[in-house]
Amino acid sequence: MLEVRGLRAEVNGVEILKGVDLSVGAGETHAIMGPNGSGKSTLAFALAGRPGYEVTGGEALFDGEDLLALPPEERARKGLFLSFQHPVEIPGVRMDRFLRAGYNETRKSKGEAELDPLQFDRLIRGKAKSFRMDPALIKRSVNEGFSGGEKKRNEALQMAALEPRLRILDEIDSGLDVDALREIAEGVAEMSGPDTATILVTHYERILAYLEPTHVHVLMDGRVARSGGRELAREVEERGYDRLTAGAGV
Amino acid sequence: MTTATNRAVRELAEQSYQYGWTTDVEEESVPPGLNEDIVRWISARKGEPEWLLEWRLRAFRHFMTLLDDARLPAWANVSHPPVDFQAIRYYAAPKAAAELSSLDEVDSEILRTYEKLGIPLEEQKRLSGVAVDAIFDSVSVMTTAKETLAKYGVIFSSVSAAVQEHPDLVRKYLGSVVPYSDNFYAALNAAVFSDGSFVYIPPGVRCPLELSTYFRINAQESGQFERTLIIADKGAYASYLEGCSAPMRDENQLHAAVVELVALDDAEIKYATIQNWYPGDENGKGGIYNFVTKRGKCAGARSRISWTQVETGSAITWKYPSVILQGDGSTGEFYSVALTKGRQQADTGTKMTHIGKNTSSRIISKGISAGRGNNTYRGLVKVLPNAENAVNYTQCDSLLIGDQCGAHTVPYIEAQNRSASVEHEASTTRVSEDQIFYCQQRGLTREAAQSVIVNGFVREVVKRLPLEFSVEADRLLEVNLEGTVG
Ligand SMILES: Nc1ncnc2c1ncn2[C@@H]1O[C@H](COP(=O)(O)OP(=O)(O)OP(=O)(O)O)[C@@H](O)[C@H]1O
Ligand SMILES: [Mg+2]
Repeated sequence: MLEVRGLRAEVNGVEILKGVDLSVGAGETHAIMGPNGSGKSTLAFALAGRPGYEVTGGEALFDGEDLLALPPEERARKGLFLSFQHPVEIPGVRMDRFLRAGYNETRKSKGEAELDPLQFDRLIRGKAKSFRMDPALIKRSVNEGFSGGEKKRNEALQMAALEPRLRILDEIDSGLDVDALREIAEGVAEMSGPDTATILVTHYERILAYLEPTHVHVLMDGRVARSGGRELAREVEERGYDRLTAGAGV
Repeated sequence: MTTATNRAVRELAEQSYQYGWTTDVEEESVPPGLNEDIVRWISARKGEPEWLLEWRLRAFRHFMTLLDDARLPAWANVSHPPVDFQAIRYYAAPKAAAELSSLDEVDSEILRTYEKLGIPLEEQKRLSGVAVDAIFDSVSVMTTAKETLAKYGVIFSSVSAAVQEHPDLVRKYLGSVVPYSDNFYAALNAAVFSDGSFVYIPPGVRCPLELSTYFRINAQESGQFERTLIIADKGAYASYLEGCSAPMRDENQLHAAVVELVALDDAEIKYATIQNWYPGDENGKGGIYNFVTKRGKCAGARSRISWTQVETGSAITWKYPSVILQGDGSTGEFYSVALTKGRQQADTGTKMTHIGKNTSSRIISKGISAGRGNNTYRGLVKVLPNAENAVNYTQCDSLLIGDQCGAHTVPYIEAQNRSASVEHEASTTRVSEDQIFYCQQRGLTREAAQSVIVNGFVREVVKRLPLEFSVEADRLLEVNLEGTVG
């Protein structure tokens, strides 16, 4: 589904990604771990097309199509979803209206009929329930005054509504209490299937218990330093990055 | 950040004006220039009584002394070449349209104009709870829904008609809130005002319809000097909305209106404006000078007046809808959105004068600047010595799009009574790339993202408008902010 080869990217003229390779197939879940500042969020932003994250080399194909040639909204409409490490507040814009706009634009681009406010309300309420999200939140301004955990729950809700095929979840587990973590992780697992793929950026092994990763990668200094299976995550948890890479001879 | 922002700025700057066509109708007009004969001619043309002519002439003489002393208002944060008052045509009217009783008699070209503007008079008349008065250049063309209103005793007509049919009411209230000596443009307006709307709501009546006026400047070199007078008698309620547009012309055109509101005991008036006069081209050529005096008087106890405005047009806007809180326990409100882009300048705000006891006022101002637009909020909260327990809350927020625009907040507070509570909050923010990208990641284009963010910024004000007009206001902001595919 996603083929990333030799991806290089700069932020403010500083090279952050120094040649990333990553191959994600349908039905797979890839966990990406790595120390703070190693470039995990940069990789997510570069794939989603955030302005200011300039790709200077390599390629990224989404279903064989050149992802990097598309504006960010086209990538989103084609089914690439990014759950933000730091969700953004938009004062005065009601959450449900905001999401309906994006939802309908996505439908329109596929030639599908738009949902009217009532139909969408039904849909979003159903999704909110399955994520145990307080329905009052979806009538509030986008992320404004949301607690850290509520923001993450809100990212999961948006993902549930938009039904993307490639889900890039940047630290969706940070700042969640134990129950919230389980609920959100189970929700994501429930929405996974043979046609979806997940890239899960995380610092903790705990979420992997719910979202069985098929692959685990360790990103260090802008490159994939090691790849492996579930056991690599345990190794990271036990030994830390310094000794991990020392042991690997990197 | 900068390249994206520059693109957004360019898109805004290149946004063209959508209401810029002219209408081909036969016009009756006077030659350009201002003198006593013109004033007399206008008054005679309208068959006005002697007292009104006298009033106009006093205003005219006062205006000429101000003009001789070069006492043009100089304090606003706007700049423009001097207005040549002798180059303006002070009366222009579609021929044969002076006073009509049915839509069939209205020139079909004019009706089509209003349709293009999205105001189908026929529709309005038939369906909605909206009564429309349409002012085309200098005269009122049509007042719909007259019969429905008559059932409730509501008078909604052109000022010219009211002068004929309800002279006592007009004489009692005209100039009672904005005297001709009030300011330079108020004097000019009193001398040459050609028409406008008149509303009277009798005691205890809640006006069942939204009252609405659309102003359109069509003729070349003409100025528009309408005068609106709204009176809500004891316990009465009225909601009124005005909308404005004008064709694209290279020369600047002057719009100097006066609006007076009077609310007696327990009465309430809500006055809303959606102003989209032609703003001039991207180099600042042409456009309307919108110099308007709007003031309401809460004359009675527990009366309420609220001004809501969405200002997107005009080369220069200079207006301060104000409330005189005279009645004990009266309330004044001002909710404003002002958008400036290209070379537009807006100096707008309000003046709340607390006179009675236990009076309160509330001011919410949202300024949006893009391109090289310049936006100033100027507000005065004045508490007189006898105004016990006056309360004011003021909030001024500015949103900047790009780095060549300006936003300024100039609050004046004069509290002469120590029991007064006056609170002022202000903020300035930018549309952030983070917000735009977040929207894009959910499937919105840059343009759509920007208008979503702007709509959020103005929500608090726009939600005060009657539903159909809040939709119109959102659309207008969107049109004004959308690029020509970027
Ligand atoms: N806008 C920016 N301007 C300057 N430097 C930036 C910017 N964005 C990212 N960087 C730098 O790029 C490097 C990688 O950042 P990134 O956010 O991708 O790390 P991360 O792996 O997601 O870290 P964390 O685990 O802390 O979330 C960091 O050194 C960061 O300071
Ligand atoms: Mg990160």
